[in-house]
Amino acid sequence: MVNGTDAPPSEETPSFLAPRRKQLLLGRRAVLASTVSTVVIIGGLILAFYLAPGGALVRHFFFNPHLMWQSFVGDPSKSLSSIGLGLFINIKIFLIAEVFILIFALALAWTRMSKSPVLLPFRILATVYSDVFRGIPVLLVFLLVGFGVPGLKIHFISYQSPAVYGCVALILTYSAYVSEVLRAGIYSVPNGQLLAARSLGLTNATTMRRVILPQAVRTVIPPLLNDFISLQKDTALLSVIGVIEAVQAGTIYLNFNFNASGLVVASILFLLMTIPLTRFTDSLIARDRNRRLASV
Amino acid sequence: MNEVILEIDAVVKRFGDNEVLRGVSLNLHRHEVVCLIGASGSGKSTLLRCINLLETIQGGDITLFGQSLTDPRVDPDKVRRHTGMVFQSFNLFPHLTVLENVLVGPVRALKRKRADVLDEALTLLERIGLRERSDEYPDRLSGGQQQRVAIVRSLAMRPALLLLDEVTSALDPSLVGEVLDLLRDLAATGTTMLIATHEMNFARDVAQQVVYLDGGVLVEKGTPEQIFSNPQHESTRLFLERVR
Repeated sequence: MVNGTDAPPSEETPSFLAPRRKQLLLGRRAVLASTVSTVVIIGGLILAFYLAPGGALVRHFFFNPHLMWQSFVGDPSKSLSSIGLGLFINIKIFLIAEVFILIFALALAWTRMSKSPVLLPFRILATVYSDVFRGIPVLLVFLLVGFGVPGLKIHFISYQSPAVYGCVALILTYSAYVSEVLRAGIYSVPNGQLLAARSLGLTNATTMRRVILPQAVRTVIPPLLNDFISLQKDTALLSVIGVIEAVQAGTIYLNFNFNASGLVVASILFLLMTIPLTRFTDSLIARDRNRRLASV
Repeated sequence: MNEVILEIDAVVKRFGDNEVLRGVSLNLHRHEVVCLIGASGSGKSTLLRCINLLETIQGGDITLFGQSLTDPRVDPDKVRRHTGMVFQSFNLFPHLTVLENVLVGPVRALKRKRADVLDEALTLLERIGLRERSDEYPDRLSGGQQQRVAIVRSLAMRPALLLLDEVTSALDPSLVGEVLDLLRDLAATGTTMLIATHEMNFARDVAQQVVYLDGGVLVEKGTPEQIFSNPQHESTRLFLERVR
């Protein structure tokens, strides 16, 4: 009566073979199946690209190899900026913004998690801040900072280069996202760790720095890197406030030659920039998963 | 009898409407070992946490070395540096090596120089037979080894009083012995301890005083002889029958 019925156990010998259709996807046949499906799908996409009625026009407008090269190196005599050089501005802004974002985001997260009654107004401010900057489209933040701040005509602050305003806009926006990631990471550390550290007589700040943060950082790195991948891409928005970075250089090329191959070049460069980070992030996630599975 | 170092006086602790401690009073002398017994939820752990100021009390007073801990001018961090606490679930720091776990209190809380503490830490690890493993991370150790490291981590602070919260309850039965042996060893060398435990034979062996708690009320206290052989209250008798 183990299974709850009075039926006697079956006398038949069970068969363990998969149904015929499923057998096609098992063993050596699986390799064949995956090869065939890859060739069919990729081949189909390429074919569609070449056989489409407007295919030739699109290929010329977006993928002209000669123009792609020309836009990549630029031509100062025709006042065409180099997209390749423009990318260095994207990289530079990304690297600078990244550092400030980490610092600012940590301060925000810390403020939001503080318990001291004295800090209540800051806690409210920090909450409002992260709500506002996660809610406003990044493009609008760029326009507001890039055109609004110079308009104020405040000594020094209003007389910076557009690249600085772009960098500030990125820092404002991404700090809000990153602080939430950090906060989630800090909350993921078991409470027992906090109790153990405090019961040793470590102060709140020392506990944070020596016990909680080192553990939080580990869980936080993959989502943090995801935010940085999208930060790398969003440096392209510097173009809307007049910084001649990769995308703006491509747009200039488009305006002069009525050909968008430069924008494709910029896309390829962005891919080359982000792919190492995306691959690295994925491998970290996989490693973390394996470690967790191994420890259970 | 040595001088009283800890006075717990009519302590009341509430979590919302739930009264977890209802006027518990208890004194602890230097070099004394007191065992708290009672069912889960009787308030043993809460009492220990209140002494360590991990919880604030709603009534009564706790006095340590003649100073009231409810005085608003008291710095909880300073109190905790003199009252070591060991938890049921070890709570070793997983990102630090065994040695760093032991060093972190003296170095980061007491601001002592690492070089000065190192020998002491290694001697403590030697005492529990884990000196060779001092550079490994806690997850490489067995539960019993981890708990012994956690005890040593507290001892490195040279606390005047050690609070132990069911330190063998999360262990495999085969690993309980090694931890209790360490506590026996500490008791024999005069460490003052307040131990919440379910190990009755251990309590009988090491405690000078056994305290039975039930529903947040201190029902009965006395020598192990009195409590285990001749309990005065019906509820104590029933509890002891159940755990035997």
